[in-house]
Amino acid sequence: MSGRRLLDVEDLHVSFATSRGPLRAVQGVSLTLDQGKTLGIVGESGSGKTVLSRAIMGLLHRASTTQTGSVRYDGTEILNAPNDDLRKLWSTHIAMVFQDPMTSLNPVQRIGNQITEPLKIHLNLSKGEAKETALSLLMQVGIPSPVERYEAYPFELSGGMRQRVMIAIALACAPRLLMADEPTTGLDVTVQAQILDLLSQLQHERDMAMILVTHDLGVVATRTDEIIVMYAGNVVERAPTNVLFKSMAMPYTEALLKSTPRIAEPSHTRLTAIEGRPPDLLNPPSGCPFSPRCPYAQEKCHLEKPPLVEAAPGHSYACWYPLTASDPASRPSPRPDPVQV
Amino acid sequence: MSSVSLTNPTNEAFADIKEEITAEEAADPTKRKLGVLFWICVGWIVLVAFAATFASLLPLPNPNLGNYNSVQNAGPSWGHLLGTDDLYRDIFSRLIYGARVSLVVGFGGALIGLIVGGIPAMISAYRRGRIDTALNTGSYVVLAFPAIVAVIAIVSFWGKSLFKITLIIGLFAAPLIFRVVRASTLSYATRDFVLAAKALGASDTRILSREILPNIMPTIVSFGLIAVATIVVLEGSLAFLGLSVPPPTPSWGNMLNEGSSLLTGAKGQTNPWLVIFPASAMFLLLISLNVVADKLRAYFDVTEIKL
Repeated sequence: MSGRRLLDVEDLHVSFATSRGPLRAVQGVSLTLDQGKTLGIVGESGSGKTVLSRAIMGLLHRASTTQTGSVRYDGTEILNAPNDDLRKLWSTHIAMVFQDPMTSLNPVQRIGNQITEPLKIHLNLSKGEAKETALSLLMQVGIPSPVERYEAYPFELSGGMRQRVMIAIALACAPRLLMADEPTTGLDVTVQAQILDLLSQLQHERDMAMILVTHDLGVVATRTDEIIVMYAGNVVERAPTNVLFKSMAMPYTEALLKSTPRIAEPSHTRLTAIEGRPPDLLNPPSGCPFSPRCPYAQEKCHLEKPPLVEAAPGHSYACWYPLTASDPASRPSPRPDPVQV
Repeated sequence: MSSVSLTNPTNEAFADIKEEITAEEAADPTKRKLGVLFWICVGWIVLVAFAATFASLLPLPNPNLGNYNSVQNAGPSWGHLLGTDDLYRDIFSRLIYGARVSLVVGFGGALIGLIVGGIPAMISAYRRGRIDTALNTGSYVVLAFPAIVAVIAIVSFWGKSLFKITLIIGLFAAPLIFRVVRASTLSYATRDFVLAAKALGASDTRILSREILPNIMPTIVSFGLIAVATIVVLEGSLAFLGLSVPPPTPSWGNMLNEGSSLLTGAKGQTNPWLVIFPASAMFLLLISLNVVADKLRAYFDVTEIKL
């Protein structure tokens, strides 16, 4: 089954109309995803990863956004498709697990209701069948005593439990593509690993494709087949996971990795942060968007925007002076580190 | 496999939470109670509504025909519990029949307001766009116009039947209800669970009725009751000006109107009960509606904090 092209995004642009002009949140992103595979989208807040995932699903507000390019799901163009057509895809083909389990469940509806509703609408299950399916889903996502939880309201559950319920709801109609937008950001670290393991376990059981959106390279390192690194609405590096960690080319990817805490480091080691802040998307810097914060930036970086080029099969990046440059002379020496306080 | 290994720690975690919740409830058992006053007020509204509905079945004298054997403008007595007016009519009976007018106009007007104002408000707040802007501006325009003046003008031209008065008052209540419902819908329309429902393929109708409506219901109920109270007063004002249902049909407003001119009788005696009883009836109904609305709002607020 695996290997079939499920999602094909080509040159996707998304911009929001603001009073200060168009805000270009996603600028020409292309990606593909095969059935059963996992794609990681990594970037810091404001890099456009959430907008990208919502644009792929067609969840963005139409009136205030402009979306161009192409999003093909299983060969069908779905970008800017009418809502009624998308509604047939949502839940049964593409489903999403949202970022914040605290706000993504309706506070005044019982858990059971919220799970059975899509089952009844999309799969035309009877009340009894829907309940049975819901209980088995709750069991699958590791919720203890599902019969009692079925009647519970969201406020009676902890954050981790609620995220499990969110996953159960997303999986209810057996989608072929699961979008997980920072599925563990709102959760305790101890629960994070459980939820991620649960997601990959369910993914393998169901041969689902998954897009895992996160800011944490550590999260995607072991759980994805391919990674896309986003910065300021652009894809800055794209590679199969093992290639990316072996030979990352883009200084931004390196900076992201450096800002992940490591267990091997002695305690009280200062965590490296990326200097500066993400660029203003209404007023993007000329040249490489990362250049103002890049420790290796040269004259050329500030002037010309590097294109995304495929340097090795499957590995592409947008950088004038990649870290992997074979010729040591062309590789710039990093600026001295800022003084550590 | 891993789901099995997950079961134990989460089970414990859940037990903790359950303990926390029960401990909280034990510490403050009054937290979610509505209180005695609430139930007294609900009881009063139900009693008035019941009496008004079944007035014709109750052993009451005809409210529109006086018994000329009794005393005119008399005080309370066993024969006439709340006394009689200057046409020998029983005030208690007239009060109960008069409640029909107040309740029909009050609840009917609020219902019309909710349908005409509330439903478009939800749709327009959820969809946004030009129609929303237009409706929003429209509601401001209607609100800027003094409702009582407009209602007086329309009623005096169009006629004074119960149905017409209810309809007109309901239509003028609609923009206010529109604003309140629109505001609370807006605050829920952008919540994550609404987007989540949309991503699951729920239709707009479904999102509005299943996701948003239950959440704004507390606001609608408590504001609706306040609207009923306001409309009862408005009908009273109209009746006092002689612009509500025409006599001899009793309404609390026209009883006040008639009574006020007879406060001092021909022989120099005073007839305070002619106004005291209808005024008290209206006062008690209004304060009950307000208390119920307020307590309900507070009750649902508590739940919201707990959520």
